[in-house]
Amino acid sequence: MTKGELAMPLTLTPNFSEAGKRYFRAFSPGDDFYEMLIDAHRDLDDGESAMLNAQLILLLANHIGDLAVLREALAKAREGA
Amino acid sequence: MLQTYTYPKYPYVQPAEQKERVARRYPVVIVGAGPVGMAAAIDCRLHGIPVVLLDEDDTVSIGSRGVCYAKRALEILDRLGVGERVVAKGVSWNVGRTFFHEEEVFNFNLLPEPDHKRPGMINLQQYYLEQYLVERCVELGVDLRWKNRVVSVQRMSDQVRLTIETPDGTYGIEADWLIAADGAKSPIRKLMGLEVEGKIFHDRFLIADVVMKADFPAERWFWFDPPFHPNQSVLLHRQADNVWRIDFQLGWNTDPEEEKKPEKVIPRIKAMLGDEREFELEWVSVYTFQCRRMQEFRHGRVLFVGDAAHQVSPFGARGANSGIQDTDNLVWKLKLVLDGKAPEKLLDTYSSERVAAADENILNSTRSTDFITPKSNTSRLFRNAVLTLAEHHAFARALVNSGRLSVPAFLTESPLNTADEDEFAGRMVPGAPMDDAPVGLPDGGKGWLLDQIGGQGFQLLYFTDVAERLGDRLERLRELTVDAVPVEPLIVSEKAGSVAGARVLHDLMHLVAKRYDAREGSVYLLRPDQHVVARWRKFDAHKVRAAVARAICNQ
Repeated sequence: MTKGELAMPLTLTPNFSEAGKRYFRAFSPGDDFYEMLIDAHRDLDDGESAMLNAQLILLLANHIGDLAVLREALAKAREGA
Repeated sequence: MLQTYTYPKYPYVQPAEQKERVARRYPVVIVGAGPVGMAAAIDCRLHGIPVVLLDEDDTVSIGSRGVCYAKRALEILDRLGVGERVVAKGVSWNVGRTFFHEEEVFNFNLLPEPDHKRPGMINLQQYYLEQYLVERCVELGVDLRWKNRVVSVQRMSDQVRLTIETPDGTYGIEADWLIAADGAKSPIRKLMGLEVEGKIFHDRFLIADVVMKADFPAERWFWFDPPFHPNQSVLLHRQADNVWRIDFQLGWNTDPEEEKKPEKVIPRIKAMLGDEREFELEWVSVYTFQCRRMQEFRHGRVLFVGDAAHQVSPFGARGANSGIQDTDNLVWKLKLVLDGKAPEKLLDTYSSERVAAADENILNSTRSTDFITPKSNTSRLFRNAVLTLAEHHAFARALVNSGRLSVPAFLTESPLNTADEDEFAGRMVPGAPMDDAPVGLPDGGKGWLLDQIGGQGFQLLYFTDVAERLGDRLERLRELTVDAVPVEPLIVSEKAGSVAGARVLHDLMHLVAKRYDAREGSVYLLRPDQHVVARWRKFDAHKVRAAVARAICNQ
């Protein structure tokens, strides 16, 4: 992590893991998450998927709680929209 | 079309038993002289097993087909005696570029792992690999029979009987064990009425081999949704002889015969390379794929390997690479069973271990496929969001999945392992595929750890600072070499040295000890296929013998 990144509250480096699970390959936990995410949307139509996404964001935002983190994440997401 | 390669035509010779009209019996018969069948045949010969290898054709793979050979397959090919040729002819690439729409979103430098003999992968047309394997088979006395097609399989309790068709008619052959390496459409599997279950993807890909007339960077370029091929993916990478492989995703609603026509293919490539770039088309094919496997890879005396047993999407190069690993797992077990030193149920662990590896390959290649070719609007939206974030953020770059390169499975659930009773750090757990490291050899030369391991039998690494101070421990280590299933001690010494009756490897850069978290007196028991069986902080011959017995189902 560089000095600049230390000052920022939002984690932007790979950060997926699961307690008690051992990963032998660096790509595995991220791929596990991505599969869970896509699977959660299976058989939903576009409207239902959008609703799932909205609820998911609210659930995760409340879990994170820290408004400084959320503000930064919102700004970063807005940049690429 | 241009030809950079001249296909050999191997001679058909009428089998002696067909002329003499007597069925002969062989310990091992292999069907299918592709990379996997030939790897099995060579390994059998290296174990001293007479082997007949049948193939319905008389040449090598037509078209480049499998072009990526990963580190683990190269290590196995080293042991089989063709690794050097494959690596010398193959090309390495380090820089990979990922494009989304018009933009390059990121690039990476896939530097070889430092202080490992072989790089992560090389690119080489499959026909070269097959040609080198054929030559090695001939050198080792494999009874290689071209234009021999199996037309019936009869399973008995103690043998398999085959009827084989040649240009001279049919003849019979008897095998103690049959290895089916006859590819995704496996006629043996069909003749036996066995199923292969899984997922068929409704997508088509066009692959074109192109000879570039001018210099072009030796890099891997992967496009998601490029302007020259909207809504689809394109992959470009280099092979030997200045031949480039281009993969175009076509989608399901395309006519494969139409898409293969040069007048259709050439404009696609021109749109991609730009009009000024000169090239010639060498080979074109359209493929679909499945991710599926057989329930079991052992059916009595028939053992299925490679694509016959399991199939994956091409992303990650997990096809031929995993097939070669199948044979590496199988042949040492088969040798012990043929010699009466292990029970037949050891071969069930060939199935269970390689089923676990196949599931890992299917999982990873399915995930890559789902990322590259999203199946819903939402899946496409997330894929595009990842690619957009990837330009700026490392976490998103890690999620970009254009193929997870074939790596060997950690056989952590194998019943052949003996669980740790001592504390070790690092990843060389029981079941792990061994990490390589540079070592000083007994003759004073410099070599590699993995070149000293495997093939013929079990080995025990004994870590010490000074080999000459082993004292009476050396005697107890040497006693293991005269067991029914012998174990060769290999002394890994921090300082160069030599002792009578055991090879000493000098841990030149202290990397063996580091990678295996070894201290004075630590020992590692190793399988002939370079997987860790067990490890202890202190050598105990009883424990080693018990672990060997467990590793061959002899408990």
